[in-house]
Amino acid sequence: MAENSKSAEATVLNTKILKKLKGAFQAFDTKSDNTVDIKEIGTIFYSLGFFPTQADLQKFTSEVEDERSGYIHWDRFLPAMTKVLLEDKFPPIADELLLQAFEVLDIEKRGYLKPEELTNYMTKEGEPFTQEEMDEMLTAFTDEEKKHIYYKDVIPHLTLERKM
Amino acid sequence: MGCGVTKSNHLHKHTTSSGRGDTAIRAAILIQRWYRQYVARREMRRRYTWHIFQSIEYSGEQAQIKLYNFLGYLMDNFTPSSNERNLISHIFRENEVCRDAEWERYFCYKNIEVPEIYSGPHLTFPLTVEEAVGLVEAFRNKKQLHSRYVLQLLLETWKLLRMLPNINRISTCHSKEITICGDLHGQLEDLLLIFYKNGMPSLEKPYVFNGDFVDRGRDSIEILLILFAFLLVYPSNVYLNRGNHEDHIVNLRYGFTKEVLNKYKMHGKRILKLLQKIFSWLPLATVIDQKVLVLHGGISDSTDLGVLARADRHIYISALRPPKKRHHSLAGISIDSDTDVDTAAISRVFQRRASFTYPKPLGTRDCFQNRSLQDFSDRIRVNMENQLELSRREEPTLNAQINKPEQESLFLSTDSVSSDTTVDEWKQILDLLWSDPMTQDGCIPNEVRGGGCYWGPDVTEDFLNRHNLQLIIRSHECKQEGYEFCHNRKVLTLFSASNYYDVGSNRGAYVKLGPDLVPYLIQYQASSMTRELTVRQSVGRTERSALRVLREQLFAHKSDLLCAFRKFDSENTGLVSLNDWASAVESVMHLDLPWRMLRSQLVTCKNSEGTIDYYEWFNELAITGSKTDHIDQSLLETLYRHRSTLETIFRIVDTDNSGFISMQDFRQTWKLLSVYLKMEITDEAISDLAITIDSNHDGSIDIDEFMEAFRLTDKKSRLERGRSMFMGTTSDLTKLEGDPNI
Repeated sequence: MAENSKSAEATVLNTKILKKLKGAFQAFDTKSDNTVDIKEIGTIFYSLGFFPTQADLQKFTSEVEDERSGYIHWDRFLPAMTKVLLEDKFPPIADELLLQAFEVLDIEKRGYLKPEELTNYMTKEGEPFTQEEMDEMLTAFTDEEKKHIYYKDVIPHLTLERKM
Repeated sequence: MGCGVTKSNHLHKHTTSSGRGDTAIRAAILIQRWYRQYVARREMRRRYTWHIFQSIEYSGEQAQIKLYNFLGYLMDNFTPSSNERNLISHIFRENEVCRDAEWERYFCYKNIEVPEIYSGPHLTFPLTVEEAVGLVEAFRNKKQLHSRYVLQLLLETWKLLRMLPNINRISTCHSKEITICGDLHGQLEDLLLIFYKNGMPSLEKPYVFNGDFVDRGRDSIEILLILFAFLLVYPSNVYLNRGNHEDHIVNLRYGFTKEVLNKYKMHGKRILKLLQKIFSWLPLATVIDQKVLVLHGGISDSTDLGVLARADRHIYISALRPPKKRHHSLAGISIDSDTDVDTAAISRVFQRRASFTYPKPLGTRDCFQNRSLQDFSDRIRVNMENQLELSRREEPTLNAQINKPEQESLFLSTDSVSSDTTVDEWKQILDLLWSDPMTQDGCIPNEVRGGGCYWGPDVTEDFLNRHNLQLIIRSHECKQEGYEFCHNRKVLTLFSASNYYDVGSNRGAYVKLGPDLVPYLIQYQASSMTRELTVRQSVGRTERSALRVLREQLFAHKSDLLCAFRKFDSENTGLVSLNDWASAVESVMHLDLPWRMLRSQLVTCKNSEGTIDYYEWFNELAITGSKTDHIDQSLLETLYRHRSTLETIFRIVDTDNSGFISMQDFRQTWKLLSVYLKMEITDEAISDLAITIDSNHDGSIDIDEFMEAFRLTDKKSRLERGRSMFMGTTSDLTKLEGDPNI
């Protein structure tokens, strides 16, 4: 009995995961031929709620890419992805840490960062942003009047609707 | 969130051990990852949004073509005296045998006086550069061109177009780069922006406009007038290719007909009539330096520029149906829609054509429902065999020949020769106007749009080799970036109507070609509003509008959805699981959308166990108008669901384009719709509906008013309205005035 219900649960979980993965994959399968551009893998991962590093992503794509075609086929994507899921490789980062991270960068504790400061951190530290990413981030999050980034206002946008 | 400013956190804990710099890096990485995740989620939503718009747009096109096939079927199969027939026959009448002299009379503008108080632009002919530029200025300032000048301009355009070949051949040189623009769809703002950035057409600045000038946007007629004016001023520097929307049948659904009638109350009908003629004379394609082919839709595996170059392009008043030209000459009957025609004579011709267009055994109504235009050509062949079958019985001598293996050659020796050529020509033109590229090899019918085909990279390769070309530039499909390369960069899609689905949905683009023939692409976004919206806001906005359109569609399918849910809900609990909800919705809507993913946006009421209360959900979706209480609910749903189709039939039934139809015609329209949808609509239900709307009881119904009364939401949805939702308010317009970018 107990075993039965357990396996049923597992199946349900699997179909759920499968549908979720398929949905994310299909959104980027622009040619409708069960492949996606490797450049989209990051987006697929992040949109599924994972937090891989850029290095993680590179490793993943190099393992599943179809003969350097620049594309990944669903048949190779699915098993690799299932493994990622089962091993819980790139666990989500708790929302709370985000505020703390901003506070670390806000040395003077003003409650905001200046665009130059944020640019400095984002493009020089860690896994640097490209110019394009940086421009987009500043356009989206700089307060129009004061020209600062009030991170407490920004955080809800970053974390909102995470659980799609 | 709610974590406050407590200092007991991981990041700070590490501060002491590894120093501040390290913490800063960790903090930076964390923010970077969060931000990248945010961008990814947004991108995912953008994709879905796009998908929603596109799915709904194409299902609309499909519906239009189905309706047209259905009407054609009625024409061909109903008895000449039936009411339905008389109501719709006029859209199938073409004016071919009308002599040029008669046409010039039709164009006659001389008796129309321009009143003193008219403050719009004045034109003299031959048109000067200053006048063409003045026209652009006037339209920018929301002026209207007087109908006298409109008619005059159209007459001159018609005269000029008739001199042009089907395929224009032009060349670049160093001082003269050629600018090519894609679909404009009545969005004057985009054309003005292109002129602002790139300059107006001139001797040094040649332009190719690649079709779909009209429909959807609200300034289609202005765009046409500007393009025609520059064509007249610079006939060797302005080239216009026909698009699938340069077709009066398509215009009935997508807003251009309505726009012209609203703007030109007195002479709108004449203008529309002349435009039918002019559209049929628009060249089909342009070849640049013998290497680059510019055409609206695309190609198929049978496309042959030789055939296209020889076609009588003007007989295809609407490309949606094969022409009947050859049969005129055979039957020796002239059809002239402008005079009253002997119905019997028409019916003779139609019967001839009917037997040509449709296979005999087309008895059931099911046939038209699933038929795309593509099927026609196949059926035509089948039918010719039927015709032969007939003649076989009548003429024993023919019979003997038919039994020989060279059946094909016999085909060519009978009067089907000309028909065969015409059909081939027609199919080539249909493909040229309606096709889309696909990534797989091969060539298959375009079931999504219902017309033209999908062609693969191998077809492109073969076509380019056969014609010694190197690149195809086509339009016809909206792209997020305004352009997109495919087929190993041998095919470039170019779309020039920015914010096509909604503000921020897509950019527009145009391309410049110099002697090196390397496409230089320029992108833009032509709304004063988009610049004010942040990236975040514009994505959110577009998404909201896509979801609103989708909710309307869902609600309009309520009864079918209910049925589908009940199948999953065998115990009648009123609840379905998420999975079942998604499956049921897709089984009804066929939009191929990731419903599970969209669930959180579409369903707010949700039970704790992850189930959905679907009755509750319908309540949530319901956004009906006020005075609908006493109207039969199923009729109401039909109305919501087939709104565009219904409006199209109204416009057809309104034979004199008055905007009003009699009660009698109103009933006929519903009868037509009920036959088309294969559902029963009772007379009582229709009467109730009519009473609701004819508030002054004068026995006629205002089409616009009727359609407005049965709108699902109070906001205008872009796809249904055929007009941009953000361009209508006065505050937007005043904002445009001072816009430096225009």
